[in-house]
Amino acid sequence: MSYIPHTDADREAMLKAIGVDSIEALFDAVPEKHRFPVLDLPDPMTEMEIAAEMEALSRFNVSASDYAIFLGAGAYHHYIPSLVNHMLLRGEFYTAYTPYQPEVSQGTLQAIFEFQTMISRLTGMDAANASHYDGATALAEAVTVAMAAHRDKRQKVIFSPTIHPHYREVARTYHQNRAVKFSGDRSGTATMVDLADMIDDNTAMIAVQYPNFLGQIEDYTEIIKAARAHGTLVCIVTDPVACALLKSPGELGADIVVGEGQGLGIPMSFGGPYLGFFAVKNEHVRRIAGRIVGETVDGDGRRAYVMTLRPREQDIRREKASSNICTNQGLMALAACVHMTAMGKQGMRRVAELCWHKAHYAAQEIGKLKGFSVDTTRPFFKEFVVTCPKPVSEINDELIYHFGIIGGYDLGKDFPTRENQMLLCVTEMNSKDEIDMLVAGLRAIAAGELHDGDHHHHH
Amino acid sequence: MENSTPQPLEKTSYELSQPGRQGIRLPDPDVPLTDIPADLCRTDLDFPEMGELDVVRHFIKLSQFNYSIDKGFYPLGSCTMKYNPKINEDMARLPGYAHVHPLQSQGTTQGALALMYRLQEWLCEISGFDAVSIQPAAGAHGEFAGILMIRKYHIDRGDVKRTKILVPDSAHGTNPATTSMAGLQAIELPSDKNGDVDLDVLRKACEQHKEELAGMMITVPSTLGVFEEHIVEIIKIVHEAGGLMYMDGANMNALLGVAKPGELGFDVMHYNLHKTFSTPHGGGGPGSGPVVCNEKLAPFRPGPVVEIIEEPQDEDDAPLYGWVMPDKSIGRLKAFHGNFGMHVRAYAYISAYGSDLPKVTHYAVLNANYIRARLKGTYLMPFDRMCGHELVIEGHWPDKAPGVHALDISKRLMDYNFHPPTNYFPLIVPEALLIEPTETESKEVLDSFIEAMLKIAEEAQNNPDLLHSAPHITPVKRVDEVKAAKDLVLCCRPTHIESAEAQ
Repeated sequence: MSYIPHTDADREAMLKAIGVDSIEALFDAVPEKHRFPVLDLPDPMTEMEIAAEMEALSRFNVSASDYAIFLGAGAYHHYIPSLVNHMLLRGEFYTAYTPYQPEVSQGTLQAIFEFQTMISRLTGMDAANASHYDGATALAEAVTVAMAAHRDKRQKVIFSPTIHPHYREVARTYHQNRAVKFSGDRSGTATMVDLADMIDDNTAMIAVQYPNFLGQIEDYTEIIKAARAHGTLVCIVTDPVACALLKSPGELGADIVVGEGQGLGIPMSFGGPYLGFFAVKNEHVRRIAGRIVGETVDGDGRRAYVMTLRPREQDIRREKASSNICTNQGLMALAACVHMTAMGKQGMRRVAELCWHKAHYAAQEIGKLKGFSVDTTRPFFKEFVVTCPKPVSEINDELIYHFGIIGGYDLGKDFPTRENQMLLCVTEMNSKDEIDMLVAGLRAIAAGELHDGDHHHHH
Repeated sequence: MENSTPQPLEKTSYELSQPGRQGIRLPDPDVPLTDIPADLCRTDLDFPEMGELDVVRHFIKLSQFNYSIDKGFYPLGSCTMKYNPKINEDMARLPGYAHVHPLQSQGTTQGALALMYRLQEWLCEISGFDAVSIQPAAGAHGEFAGILMIRKYHIDRGDVKRTKILVPDSAHGTNPATTSMAGLQAIELPSDKNGDVDLDVLRKACEQHKEELAGMMITVPSTLGVFEEHIVEIIKIVHEAGGLMYMDGANMNALLGVAKPGELGFDVMHYNLHKTFSTPHGGGGPGSGPVVCNEKLAPFRPGPVVEIIEEPQDEDDAPLYGWVMPDKSIGRLKAFHGNFGMHVRAYAYISAYGSDLPKVTHYAVLNANYIRARLKGTYLMPFDRMCGHELVIEGHWPDKAPGVHALDISKRLMDYNFHPPTNYFPLIVPEALLIEPTETESKEVLDSFIEAMLKIAEEAQNNPDLLHSAPHITPVKRVDEVKAAKDLVLCCRPTHIESAEAQ
């Protein structure tokens, strides 16, 4: 019976104590007509069989452990120091639950407190919460905070078209029955100046992404000036890896900073679990959803940590809570906490610099290729846009088949004006050899030199 | 300022930091360098600087301040703290799952898609529903999906006035919060003296809000740990008033192979994979909250979802799996496809039991009723009836031990090396203690917990101070929650202030 320890003798003794003669008798309250339906499930499996089957199934996936990857677009292949996984596998962390009982949860609580601190420092904000489901849902909840900050008197929220398309979609899903009007991103071509012009006295919040979905670092001066003039909150969606090198969103003038923390020690894992982070200036702390850990003392006057500002939350405030969020990404916050601590001040910056140098090297080399052009109108961090001589999906098929390379993101899918444009991502994980192979591959594909039997990689 | 700095159990990483110390080393760039314009860069990052061993010791030390399932019995009601099999962790870390990018092409991710598809099929079979989306990231997220689906279903039929959701007063806080978050209004229904929905109250509410009734949210078995006797009748009443029925699936550990919510007449429910299917709770997530529904609501599911795009040509072939957006979808609820790592673990867990899955529920309910039978007579119980997978008792003796509260019992349990049950929930039971043992605990463990509970009941009368001052053996004593909220310290002090103070 897999993970059930009862012997027959145990079961009989327990039934006797309860005063019934069979397990079935425990379920008399369930309507007889619907009681004990058949479950059409496979035969039970042993651990050995499960491992064999699931390992075999996993081989039907192409993974970044066997292939060079240049795909980013919101999920990134960054280095995860070995110790991160070792800490996550401590049963004391991963088999505990939300730290409702602080006396027996100081480990989780202090780790979250340190996580909040590092997120606050990276983003240049005053405080951060314990996490959200992911970057997209964090942005959706930022809209709620901004609406509440204006006491629901403002209806307009402006999104830059260069925010991740999934994030903008999720925010719309969240607020579909509420009086929020989203604008700014529909045409897909609005510039920062256009967006600044759209800000008015009915605008609760403007959100931009930094670096943006296309990897670029945009100039937010006009937007921030206009937002200040109209009392509009500025939300910056950011990449925490970039924040170790670039000016913090707080320094740029953000009121709220959200983003995806997957790049901080969390594997890509086909899209989740990831880590939404949420940081704010002090004046908005009491409006954040989710868990927040604060410092206090215990009965003996020793330093201790505890979940605080609890009356904001669903289990106490019920229908008046601003969000229903409770459990979210605790263990992922721990992963990020361990990762950031192990990388430390120097390592964090080093990773960001490696991304910068490698991405720029790749962009320069690809820019030299006939038929390809790289968008260099704005500075970029680890991602950049390449206009290709062929449809991106065709290029990607050839890259994987002939070179063992997972190619970039097809921007034509989300931006009609960007057909044949590929978003490439280069991180510290991509060696010069891999980059050179990508460049050689793109050259060969553009020249139509490849034949079905050619395999240039040896994985 | 405080008179003295409180002593920490373990210094923070900021306090352990030494300028110039380095943890993980990274290679030198192997490409020609490109200038990084100084005006784009930050000048400083206030981050800890620690050696690798010091980092490891720091987190190991922190881990030792935690209670966990791997350490002992964790009967936290409504959370289903069962054993988290180790093999599941290994499976989720296989490179073919852990290092796959979510935006890779369909052709390069057939293994992941097949796994998700099979899990989707199992979740439908177990619940008796027709369709599913495994995108929601947590139970609350799945609830949100379900309520948005109900609302969109009504709007799609032109029935736009339906904005009210009935919620029993015994419900999880997420239910009314979800309703508000979805832009609808929650109407609270008082329970009857048995903790069930009062049918007369329900009929009146349905009549009163007939034109505006969007649906009802209910937990089965209820949060009081009992199976609602009139569930089929309740569903009928709400359906007749034009509302849809949402089942909060938090307590599915009491229903596996015992009843299928879809067959009972529910329209939609969410699962908590981290409860019922043992994906770890992780100190507060990540979870996963798939939403399952009948044909009526299937077009409204969040997406994309995995479907078979091409049936296999012959028996030896595999089908081709791919992403499909349900045609009237409420939209995307999360970037990418959901908490895939949790799907892998749940897949491994369900594979282990397979057709034996009902035994999970049988033994979970056996364990809960065993505790109930043995605590009866010593502890007050709001209802004298068989319970589901959890039981609610009252943590007080107004006559025999005035001044002792449920919280005192909880804290004293820590001295006996047990994690306390859930305190003060459900709200409608005075001094509630909600105890959920799960099926993975042996009779010996239950017996020692019961002994501790009986001993604490004696102490409550003979030596109540022992309870008031508990816990005594934990890393910290009871903490000052008022101070935490009043003084609001949410970050470590900056390192440069620490060093300035030290001088």
